[in-house]
Amino acid sequence: MEISRHWRLRKQRYGLMGEICPHCEAKLFPPRDICPECGGEAKTLYQFSGKGEVYSYTTIYEPPAGYEENAPYTVALVKLDEGPIVTAQLTDLGEEQVQIGTPVEMVTRRLRQDGDERGMIIYGYKFRPVGLGPH
Amino acid sequence: MSSDVVIAGIGQTPVEEHWKSSLRELALSAIQAAEADAGGLRPQVLFVGNMLAPQLSRQAHLGALIADFCGLVGIEAFTLEASGASGAAALRAGYMAVASEQADVALVVGVEKSSDMVGAAVDEALATAGDSDHESVQGLTPSGQAALLMRRYIYEYDVERAAFAGFPLIAHANGAGNPNAMYRKAIKPELYANASLISDPLNIFDAAPAADGAAALILTRPGLLPPNFPNRLVRIAGSSMATDTLALHDRPNPLDFKAIRQSIERACEKARITPLQVDFFELFDAYSIYAALTLEAAGYAERGQAWKLAQNDAAPAALSLQGALPISTMGGLKARGNPGGATGVYQAVEAALQLRCQAGANQLPNPRRALIQALGGPAASVVTHVLEAMD
Repeated sequence: MEISRHWRLRKQRYGLMGEICPHCEAKLFPPRDICPECGGEAKTLYQFSGKGEVYSYTTIYEPPAGYEENAPYTVALVKLDEGPIVTAQLTDLGEEQVQIGTPVEMVTRRLRQDGDERGMIIYGYKFRPVGLGPH
Repeated sequence: MSSDVVIAGIGQTPVEEHWKSSLRELALSAIQAAEADAGGLRPQVLFVGNMLAPQLSRQAHLGALIADFCGLVGIEAFTLEASGASGAAALRAGYMAVASEQADVALVVGVEKSSDMVGAAVDEALATAGDSDHESVQGLTPSGQAALLMRRYIYEYDVERAAFAGFPLIAHANGAGNPNAMYRKAIKPELYANASLISDPLNIFDAAPAADGAAALILTRPGLLPPNFPNRLVRIAGSSMATDTLALHDRPNPLDFKAIRQSIERACEKARITPLQVDFFELFDAYSIYAALTLEAAGYAERGQAWKLAQNDAAPAALSLQGALPISTMGGLKARGNPGGATGVYQAVEAALQLRCQAGANQLPNPRRALIQALGGPAASVVTHVLEAMD
């Protein structure tokens, strides 16, 4: 059980809360406190829109422990409209064929479940193709 | 002022699934071979390269364990971990200890025992090399990272997936001549074309197999060698390490393995050579896309073009044993096998065999200089060495 560990990340996991550098205005996700662009301290919170497009993607057929139930699943590098790239699963794909450049938006989904029915369920961001209506 | 550091002893176990041998037994086997090869030199320090023993073998604290089991109780000993570059990091630690005269004789061992766990447990352990909070939590694995890069490469440079076949074909052809390799059989392009997917577009021939193995080196300074040392002397002419962002998504251009360029520049500068002045390159072909990105970052090929060096057309491929820049001369990670934290030490042992002219069926014609390089993750850690024959 790693409750405090996942609790600490709740703002970024559920709300895509990152940071903006007060010195050079670089937008940072995930938050990292030291700006990789200018080296200055960057702790100002910044809310990302959750919109972006697929930079690359793959389907995982050999999942690590904890992810077997969902396999095969699709993981993408999503380039957010604000600039940063984020690693996230794609979801709600249906029959649609994802491609590089497909517009996507953030949704909150179950990422993994630890152990049996008493194990902790971890939620976080995934992305789905835009234009699929309310979930 | 640092002194010359030479490789006095080399040892390795075959790379395979060693069901009958434990982590410590594998290490002992490689160390005994290296000690015998070095003519009785006794080390004062032991550096262990290992990637995943705490997860895969439920065993940390390998310095004391291996020193104890190998009859070396009392000496300085600890582990270096840099994911897939762990063994190479241990070599670099050994080099620095001997060059700085903190030690006269250093023992370096890389060891990994993957086969005590299977399937999803191994993939879970391997995924700890990524960013746990932002990559692994999404179910991304090292193979998945390579697949993301491979798909983007195919898209940006408009190449066929089959273009990558050249890398495993060369590795398997070379593995056929290495008695310690996991796979000792050449493969045909049709086999690659029909192979099953691990993580599309990456198939099983694009990925090196996890395996068990141990390799060891004994390092010293030339003046400390035993009299009548029988082998051609190989010195470490350059050594360097560089890092990139841990997560792939934090890089401005994920297809640019920038730390590879930095690490090679630093190692070559110390060796006072350019990268073009090496006779072969033991690169880190954990995935065929990594071989391509390595050659491009190092400057051996233009962006999007490295796969062409692996094609056998009218003439043998540039990267084959008969070519201008042979790679993976004993099979590389793909055919020799990828024993995790031991891999960087295997590369040094194999390069030393080539430079000593003891590489058997795969011997290059009197090579003088080798570049060897190990990667942790998608080149988040890069350790590079230049090895040179001394006579």
